[in-house]
Amino acid sequence: MWELIRTNKRNSVLLMALMAMVLLALGAVIGMATVGPQGGLFGLGIAAMVWLGLTVVSLSSGDQILLAASGAKRVTHDVHPQLFNVVEEMKIAAGLPVMPKIYIINDPAPNAFATGRSPQSASIAVTAGLLARLNRDELQGVIAHEMSHILHRDILYVTLAGIMLGSVVLLSQVFMRGMFYGSMGSRRRYSSDSRGGSQAQVVLVVIAVAAAILAPIMAQLLYFALSRRREYLADAGGARLTRYPEGLASALEKIAADPSPQLAAANAVTAPMFFANPFKKRGQKGLSDWTSTHPPISERIRILRSMSQGVSYKDYANAYASVTRGKSIMPAAALADEAVQIRGTQAEPAKEPPPPKQIHDVGDIMRKVNGFSFLTCGCGLKLKIPPKFPSDTVRCPRCSRTLPIHS
Amino acid sequence: MVGLVALLVVLGILGLVAIVGIGIYNGLVGSRNQVDNAWAQIDVQLKRRHDLIPNLVETAKGYMKHERETFESITKARSAAMGAKSVSEIAKSESQLADALSKFMLVVENYPELKANQNFLALQEELTSTENKIAFARQNYNDQVLFYNNKIQMFPSNIVAGMFVFTKRDFFQVETALEREAPKVNFS
Repeated sequence: MWELIRTNKRNSVLLMALMAMVLLALGAVIGMATVGPQGGLFGLGIAAMVWLGLTVVSLSSGDQILLAASGAKRVTHDVHPQLFNVVEEMKIAAGLPVMPKIYIINDPAPNAFATGRSPQSASIAVTAGLLARLNRDELQGVIAHEMSHILHRDILYVTLAGIMLGSVVLLSQVFMRGMFYGSMGSRRRYSSDSRGGSQAQVVLVVIAVAAAILAPIMAQLLYFALSRRREYLADAGGARLTRYPEGLASALEKIAADPSPQLAAANAVTAPMFFANPFKKRGQKGLSDWTSTHPPISERIRILRSMSQGVSYKDYANAYASVTRGKSIMPAAALADEAVQIRGTQAEPAKEPPPPKQIHDVGDIMRKVNGFSFLTCGCGLKLKIPPKFPSDTVRCPRCSRTLPIHS
Repeated sequence: MVGLVALLVVLGILGLVAIVGIGIYNGLVGSRNQVDNAWAQIDVQLKRRHDLIPNLVETAKGYMKHERETFESITKARSAAMGAKSVSEIAKSESQLADALSKFMLVVENYPELKANQNFLALQEELTSTENKIAFARQNYNDQVLFYNNKIQMFPSNIVAGMFVFTKRDFFQVETALEREAPKVNFS
């Protein structure tokens, strides 16, 4: 397992080095095109500075920005004991030193993400829709998947890679706009004045334009490759932590079948952080594997369901190979021979609520997050009392009984 | 002159070996501590189960008038588990307690009023979670032991482990056949 993490680290570093090269090369070419042949170094410096600046900001407060942008609220044990307990169970299974911070997002689309630089300062956020739809075993699977992201330090890699992607896009955008406005005015005169070598300059500009178009695409493909690989690994880790791949598989199945609109608080750069691709498209089957942050859900489910022998990383790799026919996701040398048994279902205290109730549940979970208290009247009506309710008593609207509110 | 260079080279190699050795030693100590910590975590969770039981019994008693034996067996198993000293004693009494609790949870199914009680539901969730946490703490202990034992046996860390007497640790195994076997369902 640890060897696997190390090998994986090497692959990610390689992918990120490639992205860095794309970024720096783009900077150099743009520099040469705008300033002249000697401007390459200058452009390179600018690219490096943009990249460094963005990296510093996102490493110091990236997780806070992400959580705030998605409207996530920090919750305690009282608000949703089951979620809190499941996270603690997975924290114990993963041997994490501290409890991750737990957030709930007010969104009916079932999804989840983990963020934070290191296992010591990690956060897990889930949507209210996820809590309302999944049973205990499924929730455990999702949390285990997120816990594996934390354990593998995926969040750090994905954030760093995302920043590089952002820098590439930023640079090429700025350059293209500069070209567009510059070509109308004095730009041409400057370049022809420089050394009469306008021929070479034109060639350089053409190369730079091509680079500005191609670089973001290349960076994006690299980013996607990194993200997909890590999704598979997190599935493998999640199955190993719970010893129960079926929980994760059936959670994925429910999410795939969910009709809710896509998550409001997701964009292209944050997409890889989520449990399932937040951009659901109607023709998801037609989407090429190359241009997606997540592996196809159906494939993830099939891999998990075909793990009949055990739940070690090796078993996942075998299942992966048999489902995708041949490709290998993990380096064989990194897979220790360990026998990890699948367990049976754990005791389920409460049966799943029937489907019509679930939409209410999303609202109730959010009211609880926002500090509402609940009262059940003698006539069976459930009253929802907002925080800072002015009076000590409330009258039941159905049977006009007066009920005391204990805060 | 040549002698000096040779001496320096030998010293350099020795220094390098020492640095690598110190790194390996520290790694071994680190993972041994991880194993100890994982073991302590199991105890933390077992203690939590003990703390939970009085509340659970108190809440359920009012509803379950005819289940005195069930309560008695839980209370007895709990005090036995809390008084247990040696490792084998603890393992035995804890598995008896787990057994008594799972029987209790089966009996609860016959009391719909109790299952509608919010307070009891909350306790039930805590109990389920605690049982899971015990299982996961044991699982993590075994994972840590596997990692540590691998380190002790694999080259080159086995050399350092041999020099400073790092001994193999045992895996946690469920003693009673009862917990190991899946519950038998009789369809006849």
